[in-house]
Amino acid sequence: MDLETPQIAKKAHAGNFIIIRINEKGERIPLTIADYDSILGTITIVFQVVGKTTTLLSHLNEGDDILDVAGPLGNAIHIKKYENPVVVIGGGIGIAPAYPQAKELKEAGNKILTIIGARTKKLLFWKDKMASVSEELVICTDDGSEGIKGVVTEPLRKIITEKKVSLVIAIGPLLMMKYVVLTTNGSSGLPKIDTMVSLNPIMIDGTGMCGGCRYLTNTGEVYFACVDGPDVDGHTVDFDNLIKRSMRYKEQEMKSIEHYEHECKAIEKLNKNKN
Amino acid sequence: MSDKKRVSRQRMEEQNPNVRIHNFKEVPLGFTEEQAIIEADRCLQCAKPLCVEGCPVFIDIPEFIKHIKEKNFREAIDTIKNFNILPAICGRVCPQEVQCEGKCVLGKRWEPIAIGALERFVADWERNNMIKSCPECMPPNSIKVAVIGCGPASITCAADLAKYGYDVTIFEAFHTGGGVLVYGIPEFRLPKAIVADEINTLTEMGVKIHYNAIIGKIYSIQDLRDMGFKAFFIGVGAGLPMFLKVPGLKLIGVLSANEFLTRANLMKAYSFPEYDTPINVGKIVTVIGGGNVALDSARTALRLGANKVIIVYRRSEKEMPARQEEYHHAKEEGIEFQFLTNPVRFIGDENDNVIQMECIRMELGEPDESGRRRPIPIENTEFIINTNTVIIAVGTRANPVLTKSTSDLKLNKWGYIETDEDGRTNIEDIFAGGDIVTGSATVISAMGAGRKAAIEINKYLQNKK
Repeated sequence: MDLETPQIAKKAHAGNFIIIRINEKGERIPLTIADYDSILGTITIVFQVVGKTTTLLSHLNEGDDILDVAGPLGNAIHIKKYENPVVVIGGGIGIAPAYPQAKELKEAGNKILTIIGARTKKLLFWKDKMASVSEELVICTDDGSEGIKGVVTEPLRKIITEKKVSLVIAIGPLLMMKYVVLTTNGSSGLPKIDTMVSLNPIMIDGTGMCGGCRYLTNTGEVYFACVDGPDVDGHTVDFDNLIKRSMRYKEQEMKSIEHYEHECKAIEKLNKNKN
Repeated sequence: MSDKKRVSRQRMEEQNPNVRIHNFKEVPLGFTEEQAIIEADRCLQCAKPLCVEGCPVFIDIPEFIKHIKEKNFREAIDTIKNFNILPAICGRVCPQEVQCEGKCVLGKRWEPIAIGALERFVADWERNNMIKSCPECMPPNSIKVAVIGCGPASITCAADLAKYGYDVTIFEAFHTGGGVLVYGIPEFRLPKAIVADEINTLTEMGVKIHYNAIIGKIYSIQDLRDMGFKAFFIGVGAGLPMFLKVPGLKLIGVLSANEFLTRANLMKAYSFPEYDTPINVGKIVTVIGGGNVALDSARTALRLGANKVIIVYRRSEKEMPARQEEYHHAKEEGIEFQFLTNPVRFIGDENDNVIQMECIRMELGEPDESGRRRPIPIENTEFIINTNTVIIAVGTRANPVLTKSTSDLKLNKWGYIETDEDGRTNIEDIFAGGDIVTGSATVISAMGAGRKAAIEINKYLQNKK
C-alpha cells in the first residue's frame, strides 16, 4: 500500500518506520517503511492482516485517508561499503522492509546476496524488486512450492561456508531471526558474522515514551526498539523472551476482532432491514 | 479575626469511594457558589501575602479571592489569567499544600484557605457558563516562532507569544495536544474535556498546531529555520521511563507507568473493545514508586478491575512526593501501602508471566542530594508479595529524539537541555523549559518556565529587528 506523505517520504531511509492510527478509536501500530519515493511523495507499507487495525487497513480503497501517520521513526540503518558481500534475508512479510536495506547498501557499492523465504509460493512477493538489487537471489519455501524446499538458514549456511561475508541482515518472524542468529553467532562451527535484525514489537508512541517495546540483551541491559533500534545487533537479543512478550495481548486481539465482526454483522443486518 | 476562625475550611463534595472506584469520573465535584464565597471570606487579605510567594507564577491570590468574595467572578478569573492561562488545570493538579496553601498564614493555627479549590471554582464557572474570554493578542507581526511539544510549558509559551503578536506553530508528536495532561494524568483527576478546551483557546488565539510531527525526525530545527522560523521553544517533556535494575524485568506483566497510563488515558483502553487499544490488569497489581504517577497508576488499576492494589515505596509516608489530596483519595479507595519497601526481583511462571515480587524492608539513613533521607536495605528482611501486574513508576530520563538531531545543543550529563534561568540555551535562537530542562517536575513549574522563555524570546526577536 502506498501512502501519500511527502514530508515523510523526503526524510525516510531504510530502517525507519511509521506509526499509524486509522480512526478516532484506533490503536497506534508501527509499520516499517518498505519503500519511499521522495519525488512522488509516497511511502510504501506492506502488512499482513493479523488484527483489527490491519483488517481495517486492508479494507481501505485508493484515495481513502488514514487519520494519523507519524514518522519517519527509529534509526536509519548504517550505510557503508563493506569489504565483503552483505547477506540480506527477508522472511515472509519481512521481505518488504528488507528491500530498502538491500537497495541502499547496493547503492553504497556493496555486493548483496539475498535470501527470501515464505511458507508457500503464494506468500512470496517482490521477487523482481529484490533481484534488481541483488547479485544473487535465493528463494526458499517451507513446502517447496517455489525454490529450495526448506528454511532460510539452509542457504545461509551454504553461503557463509563458501564465502567470506561482512554482514548478515535478517528481517522476518522472530523465530526466523533467532535461527539466523544461531547460525551466525559462531556456535555452529561456522564463522561468527555481524548480524543485524529488525525488531517490530508492540509500541504505542514510537518515540521512547512508553517503554512497551523494550527488549533485554543477554547481559540484562534494557533498550527500546523505537529509539535504540529498530535494527539492532542480533547477537545481543534475547529472542525467547521477545517471542513470549509479542504474544502478551493475543487474547485481547481476538476479542477486538470478534467485537469488530459482531459490529459488522449488526450493521449488515440493519442495512438489510432498511432495504 | 475571631469571626474568621469560627468558619472552617470548606470541603468540596466528592464521589463516594465505593462508587468512584468503578468509574473514571472526577472525584471532587468542586465548590458550590455559596461555598466559594464562604471560603473566600475566610481570607485575611494579608498586606504582605505569603501565598503569592509560594506560587511559582506569582498569581495575585488575595486579589482574585477578594473578587470571589464580592461575587465578581469575571474579575476573579481575569485576575488569575493575567498570571496563569490554565487555571482549571492548575486548580486541580498543583501541589497547593507545598505552594500557596503551604504558606497561608491561617494554616499556622487553623486551616489554610482552599486556594486551589477557589481557582478551580472560577475557572469552571467561566467554562460551564460558556463565557470564556479569548485572551487579547497584539496585532500580528508575522514573525514565525516554533514551539516544540504541546504540554504545559509549550502551551503557556505559545499563548504568551501569540499575545505578543507572533505567528506561532506548535509541533506535537502525538495525535492530540496536552502532553502529560492527556497521556499521564487520568480522567478522574483531570477531565480531558478541560484540556481540549484549553487547546481550543490556543487555536482561537491563532496558534497553529501540527500533530504527528516529531521534530528531529520529520523536520530538524535547521529545516524549520529554512522554513522561516526565527526562534524555537523546546518543551518536549521528559521521556524514557526508568526501569529498576532487578532480575525479572523481562517478565510479562511488568510495565512502565508511562505505558500503563498512556494505554488507559490517551488511548482510552478502559473502553476496550470499543476502543482498539487493550490493557492487561491482573487481580493483584503492585505499583512501585511514591509520586503522583504511582498513585495515578494505582487508582487507574483499581478502576480497571484489580481486586487489590499495593503501592511499594522505598521511603516512608512523610517523604512521598505525591500530592496530599491524591494520597488521601487513594487511601479512601482502599489502596494498600507498603512503605520502606523495595523490590529485589520479579518472579515469573513457566510462561514468563510475573506472579510474585520479592521485596526487602528499608530504613532511612542520612539525607541525600535531594535532601530526603536515603533509604537503606535492612538485611534478612526479604519477603514475597503475590502479584499479577507490576507497574514501575520511579521516574523518567531525558528523551533523546530531538536533542540527538540537534547535536550542537548543550546538554547536561543526564541528557537534559542546559539553560539559564530564563530558558536560554547555548544556541541563540533556541529556548527550552519544563521537564526536558529540569527532569520530572510539576505542571505549574513547567508553565512558569514556558512564560519566562516567552519573555526572553520576545526580547531576542525585538532586539534582532
